[in-house]
Amino acid sequence: MNPRLTLATTARVLTQIRHDPRTIALLVLVPSLLIGLMAWIFVNSTVFESIGPALLALFPFIIMFLITSITTLRERRSGTLERLMTMPLGKFDFIVGYTLAFGLLAIIQSLIAVGYAVWVCGLTISGNIWLLILVAVVNAILGTTLGLFASAFAATEFQVVQFMPALVFPQVLLGGIFLPRDQMPDVLHSISDWLPLSHSIEALQTVTTEAAATGTVLREVGIVALWALAFVILGSITLRRKTA
Amino acid sequence: MMNSTPAVVTAELRVHRGKSDVITDLSVSVPRGQVVGLLGPSGSGKSTLMRAIVGAQKIAGGTVTVLGAPAGSPSLRRRIGYVTQAPSVYEDLTIEQNLRYFGRVIGAPAGDVARVVAEVDLAPQLKQLAGSLSGGQLNRVSLAAALLGSPELLVLDEPTVGLDPVLRHDLWQLFASLAQTGVSLLVSSHVMDEARRCDRILLLHEGKLLADETPAGLLQQTNTLDADDAFLTLIARANHRDGAAA
Repeated sequence: MNPRLTLATTARVLTQIRHDPRTIALLVLVPSLLIGLMAWIFVNSTVFESIGPALLALFPFIIMFLITSITTLRERRSGTLERLMTMPLGKFDFIVGYTLAFGLLAIIQSLIAVGYAVWVCGLTISGNIWLLILVAVVNAILGTTLGLFASAFAATEFQVVQFMPALVFPQVLLGGIFLPRDQMPDVLHSISDWLPLSHSIEALQTVTTEAAATGTVLREVGIVALWALAFVILGSITLRRKTA
Repeated sequence: MMNSTPAVVTAELRVHRGKSDVITDLSVSVPRGQVVGLLGPSGSGKSTLMRAIVGAQKIAGGTVTVLGAPAGSPSLRRRIGYVTQAPSVYEDLTIEQNLRYFGRVIGAPAGDVARVVAEVDLAPQLKQLAGSLSGGQLNRVSLAAALLGSPELLVLDEPTVGLDPVLRHDLWQLFASLAQTGVSLLVSSHVMDEARRCDRILLLHEGKLLADETPAGLLQQTNTLDADDAFLTLIARANHRDGAAA
C-alpha cells in the first residue's frame, strides 16, 4: 500500500463525483427527506421518538451501499479496473481510496441527516450529540465498505441491485426496528448479534435515550467499525489482478 | 545484451474459458523494438493473449515471459502500457484529469500528460469531459494513458478501431517512431489491411498460431497480392488441415 496512490485514488473518485451534481444532491438530501417524511407520518404519535434513531442508521447505510457498489461495478465493467490492476496500484490503495472518498461523503450526509432529525424534526437526544454524529458516520462508512465488498460478487448492475434485498434487508428486519431484538426468538436474536447494522441501531438508540451510556455506545460503535474494517480487508482480498 | 532477448515469449500457453480452450499450446515470440501486428478474425484469441501478456488473464498452462520476467510480476507494472479493447478511461473526468490520475499511479514525470496528449493529437480537447468525446477520441485518450511513463512494451488491443484513415495513418506512424526509439509494440487488429504497417505479423486463428512472418514474407508464402487474400488462403489451408486430421 502506498499512501500517495491511495490519496490520488480518493481525489480521483471525488473529482468524478464533483462532475455529477445530481448525485451529490441526492446523496445529501434524500436521507433527510425520508427522515422528515417519517416524522410527518407519525406527527400525532410518539413512534418517531422510538424509530427516529434507527432511521438515522438505515437510510444512509442503504444509500451508501448502493452508490458504492454500483460505482465500483462500473469501474470493473468499463475496463478501468483491469487497467489499474496492470499498473503499480495496490489492491488496498484501490479499496481504501474508495473508502476514504465515499467515507467523506458519508460524513457530510450523516451530519446533515442528524442535524435535520434533531433540529427540524425535533428528535430528542438524551446523550451527547457528537456521539450521535460519530455513530451515524461510522454506520454510513459501514454501508460504503459493504458496498465495496459486495460489488466483487456482482457481474452486472442487475445483480448488484439484488444484493440489496439479499444483504441489506435481513439486517434491517433483524436490526430491532420492528421488534426489540431481545424479544425475538432466540435463534434470530443470536443471528442479529452477528449483523453489523444491529449494533449501529443499538448504538443510536442508546445514545438518544440514555444520557450516561457512553461506554455502551462506544463499544457498539467499535463493533461496527471492526465490521467496516473487515469488509475493507475482504474487499481487497477478493479484488483479483488475474481473472478468467 | 538485455535487448537481444525478445520482449515477449510464450511457451505452450493454454487458456480455458468455460469448457473450451481459447488458446491451445501457443508458442510465440515478440521481438524488441518492432511493431508486431497480432491479427486474426474476432474470437481468435487476440485479446486473451494480450491479457495473458499483461498479467490480467488466468492461464491453464504454459509460460508467458515478458521483458525477462514472468507475466504479471509486480516489477513489470511500470514497464508495460496496456490498452484494452474498451476505452478504459473515466467518462466523468476530463482528459487531463484522467491522464493525471493514471500518470500518478504509474509514477510518470509531471510533463508527461502534455507529451502524450500531443502524441495522440488531443491537446485542444484537454479540458473536455471524456464522456463528451467521440468514440475515436475516447480510444486515443485510452492510448495516451498507456503512453504515460514511456513504457518499454506497449500492448494495444485494437487501438485504431473507429478511427478515420487520416488518424489511423498518424497512429501507425506514431507506433513506427516509438519502435525506432526501442519500444516494443504488440498491436492487435482485425483489419487485415493494417498488416502491411507492421514489421512482423502474428496471425491467430481459433487460438492457434497460423503465421509468424513479415508482411512481404506472408504475401510470398501464400502467393497473393494483398493481406486479405493472404489471410483467407492461410485460414483455408488451416481448415483443410483440420478437416483432413478429423
